[in-house]
Parts: sequence; C-alpha cells; structure tokens
Amino acid sequence: MAKIVGAITTSHVPAIGGAIARNLRTDPYWKPFFDGFAPVHAWLGKVRPDVAVIFYNDHGLNFFLDKMPTFAVGAAPQYTNADEGWGIPTLPPVAGDPHFSWHLIEKLVGEEFDVTTCQEMLIDHACTIPMALLWPTGGAWPVSIVPVCINTVQHPLPSAARCFKLGEAVGRAIQSYDADKRVVVIGTGGLSHQLDGQRAGFINKKFDLEFMEKLPTDPLWATRYSIGELVEQTGTQGIELLMWLAARAALGGAAKTVHSNYHIPISNTAAGLMLMERMAA
Amino acid sequence: MQAGTSRQIPGTTLFDGAQAIKGYALNKMCYSFNSAANREEFKRNEDAYCARYGLSAEQREAVRHRNVLELIAAGGNVYYLAKLAGIFGLDVQDLGAQQTGMSKDQFKAKLTAAGK
Repeated sequence: MAKIVGAITTSHVPAIGGAIARNLRTDPYWKPFFDGFAPVHAWLGKVRPDVAVIFYNDHGLNFFLDKMPTFAVGAAPQYTNADEGWGIPTLPPVAGDPHFSWHLIEKLVGEEFDVTTCQEMLIDHACTIPMALLWPTGGAWPVSIVPVCINTVQHPLPSAARCFKLGEAVGRAIQSYDADKRVVVIGTGGLSHQLDGQRAGFINKKFDLEFMEKLPTDPLWATRYSIGELVEQTGTQGIELLMWLAARAALGGAAKTVHSNYHIPISNTAAGLMLMERMAA
Repeated sequence: MQAGTSRQIPGTTLFDGAQAIKGYALNKMCYSFNSAANREEFKRNEDAYCARYGLSAEQREAVRHRNVLELIAAGGNVYYLAKLAGIFGLDVQDLGAQQTGMSKDQFKAKLTAAGK
C-alpha cells in the first residue's frame, strides 16, 4: 500500500522564482529564506518520495471566473507551467500519475467530495515554485505529482473545517492505494499577506506563529475560525493557509515538527516553511 | 448584496459574487494578459483593446489612471489585476505603495517592520 512519508508546507511567493532564476540564494535579502530549505533537502534525500500530492491555489492561470471549481484534482499525464503575465520564468513540465489521480478521485467522490477532474491542467507558480524549492535540480523532477487546487480567488471559499476534511479524505485515499508508493503531501501558500486594498502590506506575525505551533499538535485549532475571521487575521492572501490545513489533515494522526522556518518579509509576505512527520504509534 | 461569508474588514474588499458580476469584463481582459501577444496588442492600442472586452466607463477610467483602488472598486480581482500591472512594470510593492499612499521605500520598511 502507498505510504505517506510526511507533509511539507511552504510559501509560494512569485518573487522566489525570480530569485532562483537570478541565483540570489545567498543574497542577504534571500539567504534567511533559502537557508531554511537545507534540512528539508536532507530529509527528502533520505525518504525519497515517488509522488507528491500538492494542495495549492491557482492564481488565474488554469482557471478563470467563467468556471471556478471549489476543489479540482489533476488527472493529467503531464502538467505544464505557462506565462502568468507578469514575468517569472516558466519551469519545466512535471509528470503526472493518472492512475493514482483517478484512485484519489474515486475515493474522494465516494466520500462526497464532489471534485472537478482535470485531464489537462496548467500549473502556476503555486505548484512550480515549491517544486523548485524542494528539488533544486533545474527541472529534472524526481517525483510525479497530483495537484489538488482549492479556490481562494472567488468568495465564497470553502471553510477551513471543510478543507481540513478534504485533506483527511485525501490522506485516507492515498493510504488505500494498492501500490508501493512513497507519498509526500505538500501544502503551498501563505502565510499572512495582503496584496489588495488600503490594508495592503498587512502581516500578522503573532497569528502565523501560533498557527505554526498548533498545526502539528492541535491541527483543528484554525478550523474554529470562519473564512472572514481568517482573512481578518491573515490578510486576503494569507487565507492560503487553507492549503497548509489540508496537507496537515492528509498527514493524519498525531504529528511532530521536524523542521520549520519563518521569515518576514519575502516580497509582501510572511514566508513560512514546515516539515512534519507522523509520530510513531 | 453581501455574500454570506463577507464581513467588514477595514481597507479590504472580499471578491464575492457581487464583485464578480461587476468586474467580469475587466477581469476577463486582465486574464487575457497571460498571453504575450495580447499584452503587446494592449500596448499598441489600449482603447481598442479595452473596447473589445466591453469595459464599463468606470473600468476604462480606472485602467487609464493605473489606479489599483479604482480598479478594485470597479470589480477587479487582484490576481487578474496583477497581470495588468505587469504590463506597466509594476510589482506588488509598487501596488502596495500606491494603495496605501506611501513611497515604495516606506512600504518596504513597513513590511520589514512587521517582522520585528
């Protein structure tokens, strides 16, 4: 059976793509952020996942407002990055795993998560930047992926509690897959930031740090908040913490933080990183 | 009309159903800027490009002013507006500075201060 080796949650700020392209990893502005990934690289080298299930939010590359699914699951043989309009370099395509995707889709719909299925799906920076951060191999990706997109563009958004339940269902689906796969679950986005309105530049370090502290040991903590309350606490884009909740829920059970990093600012964002593992039973 | 999840947060417009209806033409135009050819066409003839997408007078003026708060008031969604801003060479710190009435350096200092 497939096994979940751990969960990784990370910010996906577009400017990171520019910094990677210009090789600014050791630049004073960027170093505190990029240095946070070294322990994760060591861990990935040790556990060697075959597949990554990635909870992310599309920013107007694959989905427009004409058709906006709340939850969408990729079922493509390959996922391609493309021009997002404001100029970060595109990254090489990533292999899919359609058989595994359809297993997840069958299980999710069976559990009454009525997801949109995508046999063609462009992946934006919210998928590719975490890939490039976790596997800085210049695009020779060592994993195939199943992207799971959660809408954060168009309100109403699914509640934190609902995203958590989706994550739990994804976790059960992964572990019921009859193949010897090592699966890492990834949640991308956040932490607190707001790009739009007079409140642009809003960052909430106190809330972020509490969220990160609770995530492994008391993961339901954030699900007590409504979407409106979470936007108030974390900003209009900080709501991307929904991806972190889903990834944590997929990991399941009692968990521990293996590594974390938090740095303000990267672009307009409080950048966070966590690596979590299940506690031994 | 207020969507069920909406609440009043100062300086914040949640992009709900009402905004989605109001901003559809503007956001659809901005979405087209994923294509480099479309960005070039916009630069060649901004009036014709805006007319083709049926922008309202309010939306056309907001684009003319390159004013983010006006664009949001006209129904713009920040994820699509970012593609328009890219045409003008504006990054998210430029947008933040403009919306908060700060210089770009002041806005960056505010972000850095949030980490203290």
